[in-house]
Amino acid sequence: MSDDPDLELEFEVERYELFAGPTYNFNFNRRQFLKAFSGGIALIVPMSNLVARTLQQEQGESGGGRGNQRIPNDIGAWIHIDESGTVSVFTGKVELGQNIRTSLTQAVAEELHVPLATVRMVMADTDLTPFDLGTFGSLTTPRMAPQLRKAAAAARETLVALAAEQWKVEPSAVRIENARFVNGDASKSLTLAQVAKGQKLVKTIPPDVAITPVSNWTVAGTSVPKVNGRDFVSGKHQYTSDLKRDGMLYGRIVRPSALDAKLVSSDTKSAEAIPGVVVVRDGDFIGIAAKDLQTAMRAEKVIAVHWQAPGQPGNDVLFDYLKKNAAGERVSGRPVGSVVDGMKTADQQLSQKYTIAYIAHAPLEPRAAVAEWKDDKLTVWTGTQRPFGVRSELAEAFHIPEEKVRVIVPDTGSGYGGKHTGECAVEAARLARASSKPVKLVWTREEEFQWAYFRPAGVIEVTTGVKNDGAVTAWEFHNYNSGASAIQVKYDFPNQNIQFHNTKSPLRQGSYRGLAATANHFAREVHMDELAQLVKMDPVAFRLKNIKDERLKAVLEAAASKFGWERKKTEGRGRGIACGFEKGSYIATAAEISTDAKTGRVKIERVVAVFECGAIVNKMHLHNQVEGAVVQAIGGALFENIQFKDGQILNGKFSRYRLPRFSDVPSIEIVLLDRKDLPSAGAGETPIVGLAPAVGNAILDLTGIRIRSLPLAPEGIVNRG
Amino acid sequence: MGKVTDLNVNGKKLRVEVDSETPLLYVLRDHLNLTGTKYGCGESKCGACSVLVEGVVMRSCVTPVARVSGKQITTIEGMEKDGKLHPLQEAFLKADALQCGYCTSGMIMAAASLLKKNPKPSRDEIVKHMDANVCRCGTYLRIVNAIEIAAGTAKEVAE
Repeated sequence: MSDDPDLELEFEVERYELFAGPTYNFNFNRRQFLKAFSGGIALIVPMSNLVARTLQQEQGESGGGRGNQRIPNDIGAWIHIDESGTVSVFTGKVELGQNIRTSLTQAVAEELHVPLATVRMVMADTDLTPFDLGTFGSLTTPRMAPQLRKAAAAARETLVALAAEQWKVEPSAVRIENARFVNGDASKSLTLAQVAKGQKLVKTIPPDVAITPVSNWTVAGTSVPKVNGRDFVSGKHQYTSDLKRDGMLYGRIVRPSALDAKLVSSDTKSAEAIPGVVVVRDGDFIGIAAKDLQTAMRAEKVIAVHWQAPGQPGNDVLFDYLKKNAAGERVSGRPVGSVVDGMKTADQQLSQKYTIAYIAHAPLEPRAAVAEWKDDKLTVWTGTQRPFGVRSELAEAFHIPEEKVRVIVPDTGSGYGGKHTGECAVEAARLARASSKPVKLVWTREEEFQWAYFRPAGVIEVTTGVKNDGAVTAWEFHNYNSGASAIQVKYDFPNQNIQFHNTKSPLRQGSYRGLAATANHFAREVHMDELAQLVKMDPVAFRLKNIKDERLKAVLEAAASKFGWERKKTEGRGRGIACGFEKGSYIATAAEISTDAKTGRVKIERVVAVFECGAIVNKMHLHNQVEGAVVQAIGGALFENIQFKDGQILNGKFSRYRLPRFSDVPSIEIVLLDRKDLPSAGAGETPIVGLAPAVGNAILDLTGIRIRSLPLAPEGIVNRG
Repeated sequence: MGKVTDLNVNGKKLRVEVDSETPLLYVLRDHLNLTGTKYGCGESKCGACSVLVEGVVMRSCVTPVARVSGKQITTIEGMEKDGKLHPLQEAFLKADALQCGYCTSGMIMAAASLLKKNPKPSRDEIVKHMDANVCRCGTYLRIVNAIEIAAGTAKEVAE
């Protein structure tokens, strides 16, 4: 086992994950921290090795030491118990519905031995919280939570020692119960405030700090409700799009006619003549700020504008385009054995091609930002997964130092990887600059489709050799454009050649929940089914024949058993199964489907998902995440598909872009394998990858039709023939 | 140009001066500060903007404000009474029927409309009625469960 948890997880940063590299000053965090730290006790979590490494590559410079009583330059997070006894946790992570506000609170409350309500999470505010790369890659639970847990444990030990000092007893004679320190016979007690008062102590996590073993968890590991849930069910929670500032104007952007269109001419005079309307023209940017949205829209209508757009490929030629524009090979990971030799020992060979369409994140809260300039300082509230990345974007756009930009992220109306960028923040800030007033800009649903970015489309070619006993002898796998996530196999294949190929994308693309793990699992797990068919083996038995990894075996067997794979098949139903691994967690998904005889519509009737992500932190929220991932996966598996031509999204609104709805949801049975002996991995992404191949395999089982493209059945199954 | 419209929102009589064609959604959010009602698609396809008008669910994003003049409008902010949550709000918390929460207001309002005309809906009736509301986080089964809890027909509470 490596000491470095970053290497251990073999986390692969997708190529589009870090396209706006943070410009970063290591000393800034320390200054920021000292400004915020007035007194009391602070425990510092040093920045994770991955973040530090990434930043070092950019800066060519390392952070400072990590000794006790010394403030490191590279702070990852910190816990503060101030002199009034308030416990605050400062982290740059963002809450988007994945419930980390709750799970991180649980971790800290557990170690400090205080009630949940005592812990205040300060999240994603670039002036208050330490630098963070962003909230993506299912990293909060495996990285941030254990570190905060250690910091909280160290804080507890420090406080206990201070209480012992006040009473002049040994620290072992003091314990903390429900946020109060008590002595041996509980005759004396002190509050957090009484112990923290007059202190000015800063520590980093000592290397030997003991944390509560998973088997003794009492707060973490339980189904604690969403900590601020009441604000959401009562409509009180303020998302970015709900914020209001004094004198605030409402913004609109005059959008180009298509992607990459250039402004030829514009006439904004009539709009400028409307009282209270500010029109901004800056290069190809035309924006409006007005006292209300209706006035801004009226102004937009009277702006005469002429754009010129280049001809661009449409989705009818997409997959040829991706292949034709491939930029050579990039080997993903180490080649294993020799595919050529492996093919020689095979009894049968199979070559197939799989395709994956672009799909949209469609977060229900579209991009939104409220921007405000005070003197030369810019503050922007915006829903993003990368507050510090957006701060860099703003600093760059307005040619100001990052210290002059503050980005605050209120708990946001979801992202699924779709909110890594700061377009809306930059636009709102430009309008606020011109109007000298705060400006709110909320993208329309159509703008969200046309001007955000998509899950990459892709072409995947797989060539394999298999023995008649089911052993796969050669595995060659080429992915064009989708991405490299989960491109590696957990199967025990002796000869592998796995490559990812960069290519040109006709549409703007970026991260999406699970990244390319869905595409790679779709191709791999459908191909495995095809191989099983070729050698006339049961799909479960065929997979087991090629698995040595115990955890993968465990989820697959559990899924088959829960599903009743051995039982007789239900009349009129098809069934399929798939399994996989990504970001430290394992998933196996079994699906049962039917088709409507008249319309051909594929209905997923039943899904069994078995998920294992190490020790479970919050069973209810984990269950909710797995269930949500399965439901979101239905769209990409069956019908979501971006149609485009000449730089225009042709189905970019909810009346044309089909999303999973109540009536699409099958019966979902979720089995969570709790491995208390293993560290907790994140769970927001991996459960999404198993559904598409399982459903594809089920369609074959029912109809005999093998579909190798995602979405599988946008028009139903009979029309595809 | 502004035109005065008389509204009755959450039991309060109010006058707003807006163009009569302005969608109710923007009047609620921008003029009356009732931001619990959300924008999601602007074409009545996601239900994030759902409110009750005379007890019946309506999509405020496509409802001109003049059309609901004088009628009883209820938004999510009107569901809580004297600091006590509505049974549906309690049920959504109990069933953990939300992730990001952005659809939650609309879901609760649509569900309230259903329970008003059909206090003990079957699972199929719930699905049919709620099908026009989108939860992108995929908490549909939990929302069905929450509605059943509020209706007193839930067999079990989701894990």
